[in-house]
Formats: sequence, C-alpha cells, structure tokens
Amino acid sequence: MNRKLFKSIREYKRESVLAPIFVILEVFMEVLIPLQMAKIIDIGIAKGDLEYIVKMGIILVVMAMLALIFGAKAGNYAARAGAGYAKNLRHDIFYKVQEFSFKNIDHFSTSSLVTRMTTDITNVQMAYMMSIRLLARAPIMIVLSLIMTLTISRQIALLFLIVIPLLGGVLIFIAKKAHPHFIKVFDEYDILNNGVQENVNAARVVKAYVREDHEIEKFHKISQTVYDLFTKAEKIVAWNSPTMQFFMYSVILIMVLIGGRSIVFQTMETGELTSVIVYAIQILSSLMMVSFVFVMIMIAEASSDRIVEVLDEVPEMQDKEDAVKEIPDGSIDFDHVDFSYAGEGGNLSLKDVNIHIKSGQTVGIIGGTGSAKSTFVQLIPRLYDVTKGSVKVGGIDVREYNLEALRDQVSMVLQKNVLFSGTIYENIRWGDENASDEEVQRVCKLAQADGFVQEFPAKYNTMIVQGGNNVSGGQRQRLCIARALLKNPKILILDDSTSAVDTKTDALIRKAFREEIPDTTKIIIAQRVSSVEDADVIIVMEDGRIDGIGTSEELLKTNKIYREVYESQVKGGADNE
Amino acid sequence: MNKKDDKVRVSRNTIKTGKRLLGYVTRRFKLQFIAVFICIIISSIASISVSLSLKFLLDDYIIPLIGKKTPDFSELYMALTVLGTIFLMGILASFIYTRLMVYIGQGVLKEVRDDMFEHMQKLPIRYFDQNTNGSIMSLYTNDTDTLRQMINQSIPQVLMSSITIVVTFISMVALSPLLTILAVVMIFVLIFVTKKIGGNSGKYFLRQQIALADVTGFVEERMNGQRVIKVFNHERVSEEEFDRLNEQLYDSAANANTFANMMGPIIGNIGNLQFVLTAVLGGFLSVAGVGGITLGVMASYLQFTKSFTQPFMQVAQQFNSIVMALAGAERIFNMIDEEPEVDEGYVTLVNARRDEDGNIVECKERTGMWAWKHPHKAEGTVTYTELKGDVRFFDMTFGYTDEKMVLHDVTLYAKPGQKLAFVGSTGAGKTTITNLINRFYDVQDGKIRYDGININKIKKADLRRSLGIVLQDTHLFTGTIMENIRYGKLDATDEEVYEAARLAHADQFIRMLPDGYNTRLSGDGEELSQGQRQLLAIARAAVANPPVLILDEATSSIDTRTESIVQQGMDNLMKGRTVFVIAHRLSTIRNSDAIMVLEHGRIIERGDHKDLIAQKGTYYQLYTGKLELS
Repeated sequence: MNRKLFKSIREYKRESVLAPIFVILEVFMEVLIPLQMAKIIDIGIAKGDLEYIVKMGIILVVMAMLALIFGAKAGNYAARAGAGYAKNLRHDIFYKVQEFSFKNIDHFSTSSLVTRMTTDITNVQMAYMMSIRLLARAPIMIVLSLIMTLTISRQIALLFLIVIPLLGGVLIFIAKKAHPHFIKVFDEYDILNNGVQENVNAARVVKAYVREDHEIEKFHKISQTVYDLFTKAEKIVAWNSPTMQFFMYSVILIMVLIGGRSIVFQTMETGELTSVIVYAIQILSSLMMVSFVFVMIMIAEASSDRIVEVLDEVPEMQDKEDAVKEIPDGSIDFDHVDFSYAGEGGNLSLKDVNIHIKSGQTVGIIGGTGSAKSTFVQLIPRLYDVTKGSVKVGGIDVREYNLEALRDQVSMVLQKNVLFSGTIYENIRWGDENASDEEVQRVCKLAQADGFVQEFPAKYNTMIVQGGNNVSGGQRQRLCIARALLKNPKILILDDSTSAVDTKTDALIRKAFREEIPDTTKIIIAQRVSSVEDADVIIVMEDGRIDGIGTSEELLKTNKIYREVYESQVKGGADNE
Repeated sequence: MNKKDDKVRVSRNTIKTGKRLLGYVTRRFKLQFIAVFICIIISSIASISVSLSLKFLLDDYIIPLIGKKTPDFSELYMALTVLGTIFLMGILASFIYTRLMVYIGQGVLKEVRDDMFEHMQKLPIRYFDQNTNGSIMSLYTNDTDTLRQMINQSIPQVLMSSITIVVTFISMVALSPLLTILAVVMIFVLIFVTKKIGGNSGKYFLRQQIALADVTGFVEERMNGQRVIKVFNHERVSEEEFDRLNEQLYDSAANANTFANMMGPIIGNIGNLQFVLTAVLGGFLSVAGVGGITLGVMASYLQFTKSFTQPFMQVAQQFNSIVMALAGAERIFNMIDEEPEVDEGYVTLVNARRDEDGNIVECKERTGMWAWKHPHKAEGTVTYTELKGDVRFFDMTFGYTDEKMVLHDVTLYAKPGQKLAFVGSTGAGKTTITNLINRFYDVQDGKIRYDGININKIKKADLRRSLGIVLQDTHLFTGTIMENIRYGKLDATDEEVYEAARLAHADQFIRMLPDGYNTRLSGDGEELSQGQRQLLAIARAAVANPPVLILDEATSSIDTRTESIVQQGMDNLMKGRTVFVIAHRLSTIRNSDAIMVLEHGRIIERGDHKDLIAQKGTYYQLYTGKLELS
C-alpha cells in the first residue's frame, strides 16, 4: 500500500499496534493449546488417568479463556483501527477537497470523488484490518512452526526454507501482474458511477425524451466493460489458491517421502512425522492467509493510488504568509487581464480587459451567450487566477489577499445556484453562521424572499431538499441572493442571479440594494436590459472583450450591441403594439 | 431518529434476502454452480485426505519396513503416487472452481447492477424527489461492493467448510455415536452464540450501510456544491458537519467489525471447551468401560474433535462479509421492489398519413403527421385520431403533497397550432402544469385531455415522445456535444444535428470550441456557460422535431438578442404545432397566441398580448411596470 496513506493512521496507532500484539498472544495460546491437547490424549487418555485429564483439562479451559480474551481484544482493536483509519482517510480527503481551488475542482468529477471516499476507502479499510490481524499471525505461526520443525528434522526445515520464499515470490508475481488490471477496473467503476449519477440527476430529461431504454443500453455497455475488466483481473488472482495448493501438496509428498525413509532408517519417530506435517500445514495455511490478504492488498493498492491522487493534488491557490486581511474598499481594477481556463498558451477566454470600477458603484454587465461575462466576474473573488495582467480589489492585487478575507468581502451569487439540504434558516446562515433570526429575515426581505418564505407552513424552518428542488427556480435565486447578502460584503456579484425572477421583483431587489447597501459595489450580470439599465456603469461584453462601457444613455448612442439588445427588449415591444 | 431505528432493526427478511441473492447465482449460472459445487467437493476431499491418509501411510507402508536390511520402498512410492494423483485432482478442481467463481461472481454483480439500473429507469419522478442522489448512488457502490466480497469468498468458503464438517461428523459418529451427542450439543450452542452475536453484528452492519449512505449522500451534495462552499468560505463548517457523520460511520463500523472479529475466537474456544468436556467424559467412560469406548477409540475421536471446530471458525470468519452483504442486498432489493411508475395507458403514438379517402392510416415512415392509435377493447376496433396538440385542463387541482395544493381549479385549453404561454411570479405553478402534461406526476382521470383523449389512457412513453421538453434545469450527459444533441433523436444524421444546432444558434459557439462538435462534455457540461448549455438543450429538443413543444424557462440564461434568433428558428420549426412557453421575461412570450397569467396556482388572466394589455390587469402592470423603470 502506498506509504503516504499511513500518515492517516494518527490517533489509531495505539489500536494498530495493540491489535497485532494481542494477535500474537492469541497465536501463542493457539500453539500451546494443541500441545496441551496432545498431553491429554497421549498421557491422560492413554493411561486412563482421569485425575490427570481433569487437571490438564482445567488448565486447558483457563488457556481457552485467555485465548478468547486475547482474540476478542485483538478483534476489537483491529476493528477500531480499521474503522478509525478509514475515518481518518475520509476526513483527509474531505478536508483536502475543501482546500481545492476551482481549477482543482474541475479536475475531478463529483462521482469519482464520491467513489474514492466510499468504495476505495472501504477497500483500504478491509485490507488494513485484515493486514494487522493476519500479517501478525502468519509470520509468528511460520517462525514458531519452523523452530519446532528444526528440533525434529533439519532436512525438512531446509525444505521449508526453500519453499517459503519461492511461494512468496510467486504470490508477489501474481499480485504485481494483477495490479494494473485493478487500476483499470476502478477507473471504469468511476465511469459507471458517473453514469448512475447523471441518470439520477437528469431523471426528468431521460423520462421526457423517453430515453430509458437508451440509457439502459448505455449502462449495459459500461457494466459489461466493468465485468470484462474485473474478470480479467480476478482471473489472475484466481491463480493464487491452486498455486498455494500445488506447493502445499508437493511439500507434504516430499515430507512423507523424506520422513518415511528417516523412520525406516530409524532416525525419526512416527510421532515426529505427524507433528512435522501439522507444522507444515500450519506454515502453509499461514502463507495461504498471507496470499488472501495479498489479494485484498492488491485491490486496496489500486484504491489507495486513487486516494493518494486526491491527497497529492496541490491546491492551486495558497495564501501568502503575509497575506492582506483587510480590504480597504470595494473598488475593482482590471489591468490588461488575459485569462484562459487552460492556463498559459490556452484558448483565451478574456483578452486584454481593462477597467476601473469605483467603490459603491452599481455595474451592469451585458453580453451575448458565451461572451465570458461569468469568467470576467469570477476573477474578482479569485475563483481563478489571471493568466496575464492583474485584478485589484481595493487597490491591492487579489493574489495578495488572504483568500478567506477576500471572499468574505466579495460575495458572489453563482449562476449555478445550489442550496443544500437543511432549513431555510440554515441555508441563509451560510453567509454568516452567527446571524440572528432577525438578520436572516432582514436579508430575505432585501432579496424579496421573505414574502414567499412566510407563506410556507413552516416559514423559515421549511426544509430544503438536496439541490433546492422543492422551491421554484426564482425562489431559489432569491434565497441565494439573501445568503450572499448576509455576508455584508464590500462587493456583491450577481451572476445572472435574477433570470428566473419576474421583472417586478427584480426591480424591487435592485431598489433595496440601492437604498439598503449603498456603499457596497454591486456587479450585476443580466440578460434583461431592465436589470442593468439604472446601473452607474454598464459593461458590454463580446467574445471575451469589453465592447463598450458607459451609462445606458451613452451606450444607446455609441454601442451597437447594446442598442440592439435594448431595442429587442424595450422598444421592440412597443413596435409590436 | 425514530425512523432510522426502525430501519436498523434487523428485519426478518434476512433469510428471504439471502435466498433471493442465492437465486441470482443459481438462476443464470446453474450449471457452473453445480460444477463449482463438485469441484469444491473434490478439492475438500483432497485437503481432508492429507490428515486421513497419514495414519494409513504410516501403518501400512512405512512402519512394516522398519528394521528390514534392504527395505523396498516401491509400494510406498506407489501409494504416494496415488495420493499425488488425488492432490493433483484437488489442485485442478480448485483451479476450475476459483476460475468459475470469478465468472459467477462478476456475472451476478453485473446482473444485480443491470437490474437495479433498469428498475431505476422505471421509477417515478417522486422516487428521485424523495431520495438523495448520494443514497441512490450508494446502492451502486457501497452496497454492491459488499456482494462481491460475499460471492467470491464467502460462498466457496462456507461450502468447503460445510463439506469438511459433514465428513468429520460422519467419522465421529462412526467412532462413537455416544460421544457425538456432545458434539451435537456443541453445534447447538454454536448456533445459539452465532445468532446472538450475529444479531448484534448484523444490526451494526446494517447501521454501517446506512451511515455509509448518509456519508455518501452528504459528500455527493457537498462536492456538487463545492463552488458555493468556496465562495462562502464555508469549508470549515462543512468539515464539522462531515466529521459528525464520519464519526457515526466509524462508530457503527467499529462495532460491527468488533462483533464479527470476535466470532472466530469465541467459536474456536467453545470448541476447546468441548474438547475438554469430551476428554473428561470420554476418559471417565473408557475407564468405567461403558459404551464400548476404548482408549484407542478415544484418542482418535479426540483428534477429530480437534479438527471439528476448524471449519466452524472458517465459517465464522466469513460471517461479517455475509452479514454485510445481506444488509447491502436488502437495501438493493428494497430499491428493486420499489413500485415502478404505473402506466395503464394503451393509446399509442404512430406516424400517419391520409389515404385517398382522407382517412388516417398508420405508416412506418415519418410524415410529419402523427396519430393516436386508440384500440377499443370492447368492440375490438381501432380508431386513429390525428395528433393536433389540443391540450385541455378541466378544473385541475393538484398538490405534490396532500397538505399543500399548488394548482387550484385550473382550466385551460391550447388549440392546435397555438403558442401558449404561462407567465407568473415564481412559485405560481407554471412548471407544475408541464409536469402534469407529460405525466411526471399523475392526476385524476379525465382532468387533462390531449386531442380529446384522457391522458391517463395514453401510454407514458408515447405521450412523452409527442412532447419535446426543454426543462428549467439543463442537464447534459458525459459525451461529445454531437452525442448530446443527438439525444433528442438517436438516429439523427450529422447534418440533422448541425441543422438543429444552427436553429438553436448553438452552431457558432460549438465551432469555436477546440474540438467543435466532438468536444467532450463531462460533469453536466460544467465547462460551458449556462447560456450555452441552454442552447444545447434547445438544439437537443429541436433535433427531436416533436409534434408539441414545451419550453420551460428554456432561454432564461440566454441574452435576448440570441433569444430572438433562437425563437425565430423555433417558430419556423414548430409552425402549425402547439408550443407551450414558460418564462418570466415578457419579451420571450410576447408573440404568443394566448398568454395565461398565473398567480398562486390560479389562472387570473388569459388572452393574447393585446387583449391583456387592453384588460389593464396584472399583465399590463407587469408589462408597463417594466417600462416605468426605463
């Protein structure tokens, strides 16, 4: 298993160490108990000595009790170590993902992260638990049995010494062969889970298009591939047990042969041969256990690689040590900004953008679909880093800020609005955990959400389901705006956040902004001219460039795009009359 | 909390679940499974023969040679060759069955997955409303994973151990029926203990699977909303919440595995206890000379007793994976048993044309004319009704839950070829209307009629085929843009796809992408802007070229300039067909034939743009309210 993962054991080191210790104690008992049994048979029963049987029997019972305690303890510690280790791994991945920048997030699909945190970690957990239980047991068993064998026959002990590494080598060879196949299996698993996730998410689309059979067919193909890859990997692993048996049986045959001759030439007792065979079986079944654990480790190996992949992902944005924590004001400057999602040399989404926005201004952004409006505003709270040039907030480059401080002050309502399962209160409090009920209601009033929330039977305690599907699109948008307002930010960005809100409500929201948060810089991306018309400045974007800047009146005179949009919405309506 | 405890209670169905799971194995893999069974018997015999043959080899082939001057080993070699042959068969058998088990195991998993997915596709939308995405996914990941473990390892191991138990038991009975009574008593004790611990561990394993589903659900939701988390600096809070769920999972997992791990030592030592009891009792009996038990018999019998508990322990070790798999299987079967979407419809949609007499006849090729094929059982006749897109609601009152009605007494009619629009503030019930037209949710009989037919009589698939829908929430699929558009019509040619994309004004931006139409989308097309995704969704509907189209806020993220281009295209495409439009933006719906203004689930105004303006009602206010602002 990947060494890096062991760091996650942490507070479960104690359990991880105690488990094998108790296993070893248990093994000692397990070796001693048969000797005790042999005594009862060979001496007690053979001589018919009842008193001896009872006496030895009591000792045996005591030993059994001890073995039970050790075994139970070992089991308990191993379970806790395994479960705890898994807990820590999940914890580490989850925390790691929290550090991710948007770019990092783009890198992994949701379903693949989910698989990593479930299936993959379960695999590692099982392998870990088995390892600390069985890998302690096997070597001790082997060593003890080997010592016992050595006292009886050097020849046979030598045979063991040859066979053990040979078998070990073969097992490792099989494991190495299977490993890449398991990696493939798990990658295909991702695809399968992704398919499921999409179908769950888009159940309405699938049904609306009556594509159930099509989806089923697609799924069958993937599940067939999983089947093919998995059988391929497991077929390699399937060599394990016949290989083991081949070695075991060969050893036994050779031993009977050597032992038989030794007995005939009277260099060995018959009882000794029986014992040696018992030891041989013990050694080989220990190796069998090892090979069993090996299979689990092999599977876990592929899984652990995938876990490490997440843990190794370098969070793209890290705070500087002397990061600025205070944002002087809500002014924004773009200085010759180029941006590409692919980084330097990639297709430029923003080209040479220059603009100065004064603190407290209301800025409207309008532009065609795909004109990079969202891309433009995403650079302000530093969701992505610029490729060239710089973005300044309050006169300071955003890269100089402490990220948390920056994002606290630059509140953004994303275009893809997401609410989380929980009450409305809980959802709005994302903006500020400590906000009082009154404050929550105040921002909801600002965002014109209070009205409909009050109509719900449970009001602010109404449960929102995952994704916010039990409120309408427009209601969701208003809740998201309220959530952003609760932060009391210096800059508020609405990325097309009122598209599903009716014009009247939209106007009320903007009115509330004007009156209640006059000092906050407000950036509003919208499709409706009415949403931006009354802004101090309107930016018209086209193909990643700023096509025009000015007030509505100015733009009507100077900007062709703006004029067209305006006419199509406002004047065009009048023409139809 | 209470609800959860109920779920945790180990259901009596466990045995039923086990049987059903086994059914998966035996149904399709009967022959293979029999072969596995035989191979396991052979392999078990080979492994038992190690201990059985030793005494025999010593007594008959080795000891007689002691003291001879020139011992003749040939007979020993012969015996060893026989033994070697048995071993070889054992190895071969184990090779065959491990291999077969790979196919059976993976085959069963594939079947379970396929069954789950196929059934999931049949479930009503309500199911997806009621279960979080993560918990549904958990069925495919966590719960299916448990089955793998069980089928691949537990089943063969349990079979093998059972055979060993039977063979050993027979040998014991043969030696001393009297003492075997003790062994039988022990078996009962073992079963009792197993039940007791197993019950506990089963309870925790079930709890673990539930906790795992909770964690999966949480993770799935948060990972999907990770961008929002970032924007709100909500990382710490998410972490805390995660830790809480994670701790719960740890608790149940640690407890479940503790019980399961203790099983081995407990059974093993009950065996040791039995050994002592047998030795004392046997010793007493043999000394007293009761029951014909000699010291020699005793010695052999005790040897068997020693190896008797071994297989029990092996079974016990498989216990956790079995319990876990049953817990997982139960959750899977619960989903598979979930009531599928009911569809009692029998009216189907067919391509049609008119014959010389002007009668509608069914035909195979696409004519641009569709008809409802309506079989009348009583008379045994079939009538055809032309699909015109006449949709009527009669006094529709509807709520997603019984407590809260979303629509009240909605009566509306869309005349064929009309463009019908719904306006209204958010939550007024606009989307609900479309949800009812395509029967995502079912309504009382006769409340909705489509071309005069009660829509409950129309087969759901055909009903939906007749309706092209662009939904409020755009969802795209992993695959190329080409594939995504083609989703609307699977056999569309490339040219048709381009045509649809041009119509939706998507062609332009698609061609700008590095790989054009072959650009791969992943994660719901996250790399595109919301507006671009909507354009693709429209193109997807356009390529379907449906008789009736529903656009639910389909252009909300598209700028109005582009929108008007798209609209023109769609108007041309849908000429003479019925279109439903839902929008907030009045510019989107202005040119509709009829506009319904909805408020609180009621239609408060209806008419075309001119009528409504003349009425000077809500619509007028909305419309002029907008102008006032300018």
